[in-house]
Amino acid sequence: MTCDGPKFAGLQLEGLELRQGDFRLSATLAIPAGARVALIGPSGAGKTTLLSAIAGFLPPSAGRILWAGTDIGALPPGERPLSILFQDQNLFPHLTVGQNLGLGIDPRLRLSAGDKVRIGGVLDKVGLAGMAARRPAELSGGQQSRVALARALLRGRPMLLLDEPFAALGPALKDEMLALVAGMAAEKGTTVLMVSHDPADARALCPETILVAEGRALPPQPTEALLNAPPPVLRAYLGQRHTER
Amino acid sequence: MSGPRIEARIPVAFPLAGGSAALIVAALILVPLGAVTMTAGGLRAPSPADLEALWFTLWQAAVSAAVSCALAVPAARALNRRRFPGRTALVALMGAPFVLPSIVAVTALLTVFGRKGLVNEALGALGLPSVGIYGAHGVILAHVFFNLPLAVRMILHGWQAIPSERMRLAASLGFGPAEVARHLERPMLRQVLPGAFLAIFLVCLTSFAVALILGGGPRATTLELAIFQAFRYDADLGRAAALALAQVAVTLIALGLAAAVTAPPAFGAGLDRAGERLIPTGRLRTAKDATVIALIAVFLLVPLATVLTGGAGQIPRLPASVWHATAVSLAVAAGSTVLTVALALTLATAGRKWAEAAGMLPMAVSSLVFGTGLFIVLRPLAPPAMLALPVTLIANALMSLPFALRVLLPEAKRLAADYDRLAASLGLRSWARLRFLTLPRLARPLGFAAGLAAAFSMGDLGVITLFSDGHQQTLPMAIYAMMGSYHQNLAAGAATVLTAITLGLFYGLDRIGRRSDDM
Repeated sequence: MTCDGPKFAGLQLEGLELRQGDFRLSATLAIPAGARVALIGPSGAGKTTLLSAIAGFLPPSAGRILWAGTDIGALPPGERPLSILFQDQNLFPHLTVGQNLGLGIDPRLRLSAGDKVRIGGVLDKVGLAGMAARRPAELSGGQQSRVALARALLRGRPMLLLDEPFAALGPALKDEMLALVAGMAAEKGTTVLMVSHDPADARALCPETILVAEGRALPPQPTEALLNAPPPVLRAYLGQRHTER
Repeated sequence: MSGPRIEARIPVAFPLAGGSAALIVAALILVPLGAVTMTAGGLRAPSPADLEALWFTLWQAAVSAAVSCALAVPAARALNRRRFPGRTALVALMGAPFVLPSIVAVTALLTVFGRKGLVNEALGALGLPSVGIYGAHGVILAHVFFNLPLAVRMILHGWQAIPSERMRLAASLGFGPAEVARHLERPMLRQVLPGAFLAIFLVCLTSFAVALILGGGPRATTLELAIFQAFRYDADLGRAAALALAQVAVTLIALGLAAAVTAPPAFGAGLDRAGERLIPTGRLRTAKDATVIALIAVFLLVPLATVLTGGAGQIPRLPASVWHATAVSLAVAAGSTVLTVALALTLATAGRKWAEAAGMLPMAVSSLVFGTGLFIVLRPLAPPAMLALPVTLIANALMSLPFALRVLLPEAKRLAADYDRLAASLGLRSWARLRFLTLPRLARPLGFAAGLAAAFSMGDLGVITLFSDGHQQTLPMAIYAMMGSYHQNLAAGAATVLTAITLGLFYGLDRIGRRSDDM
């Protein structure tokens, strides 16, 4: 890809090098806008680290991160064209559901009447109509995940990074969340990157998968083919059950 | 969690504020100290009396801190797991002896443990020999009286900071008291106790009024008392400066030790569910907890009750000058509280070791050394009497700062560890971050810190004695003057007023913080 060619519509990692002590991870890959991609690999391979770098929490030691041809490496996390859902701590417990959502519209919480209508609208959309005044502790785990997703919906950023936010939910609830994500992404053309330990999640949501292993994040490849004929390092991680269908 | 631990690159809320606050505090401490040193003409060889004062200072501070912490652990544990009528009031009153003006508190101890106090009257009635309170053990008794409640409060805060999710997890795993202690309580204590020990050690290092009244002589003179004597009686600024520098060195070593032994926080965040406690049942454990709580309550409350009942009748007879001094004290306390809280919050949320160090720096300088240094610096610029109240306000704010910072820091670190990433990912910055994240999450320790600062300022009798020509009076100074002119009854009445206002301010501000946190 050259500089004077047409701009690539999507996320590009160019010669990205991440280092933390002895840990090393390199990545050169491109993800087209609107794609849904899973990150799979052994524990400790650096899936979360890669997501953190893209989100702006970890400065790369070399390389560039581009969105739609523009280097976003210098932007603070809140100004990057993405929303991220962490494994936990996705909501402020002292703020109401409505306030937590309002932060997605304006971090200073200066909300117009129209903004409040929008908040009510997304709550309705994720099945939590009328719960704006509640606090996170009054909600179930699945409902908390829905609030975090609703906030991402309000922010309307073109990328959504999921760092196993649904890991604590039951299979049915998790499938429900994945379906919600798929619907949201399809509606807005959102690019989704999802860390997952469960190959079934990848199969359900992500047509393509990035294998993160042995210090490298490989370019996306078709999920089904990768999982059906995994390379040795992935086979060792997945075990027999998930590879023989 | 896959991959290594993420070291977040997250900007602090106000990048310049932490550095500015640290610089202001450092300048306010180091410039007066430099002025004292220059006036003294450099260091001189310590005399045997100086070395004895140094040794006694270290010894009494270590013993006072160790005894306070050792007694505070069972007391805090009992208070954390038991609920009984009056518990809230008792926990709030736990702050009382520590924030009680020292002149009032020592008088209160004398009414109980003094020559004609309650204890000796009881011993005499039983035909037993009387016990003395003067000397090294009296100094330690007074320091434990002042500091035990602080230790209880700090450790209780630590217990309450264990997320209720962890306690529920422990309950679900069938943990008994031993397992809870091993997996939850001891890690918390390892985190909280060094801070508590250090805070008390440092209070006792610069203890002045206690040593002045209960100590003295070659066996029980602290560095602080020696500095005062060199200043006021011998006018020997050189010796005072040498003693002051020794105290700075001792404090910095203590700070370094504490930084080395404090374990990093390891508890995850909870979701603020209503508190869940593991309550050991059984008559023996209940009786043990009840005994601990009763003993602590008697030790702390009886002297206080004696002061308040003794002086209350005198209040209608107090002259107008006392009420004027009361108004002055309140104004100074309001200003110094705002200054302390603003500085402590800025330094605690800066997320930098040097900001913490700057905030602890006032510990190295006693009130009198600070005042003398400022006196030397400001004397050419304006008449000292004109500056008495502004200087007192700043001095009180600086002397409270390390305590406020100690209270805020653990919670501020937890806040950063739990919510920095989320706040950054949402672009929550500067004032919005302060308003929607920092202030609500830190309401409880902020209220406690503000209460401490207000009470310290109300009760302070230090810098103003150097600057005032007698016309600018705070309430403690008015009491001191009345005691000196043998108006003991009026002094007791004014002491009751001072006690009531001081405790009222402390209790009120602490309560505001706790109520905001509960909301």
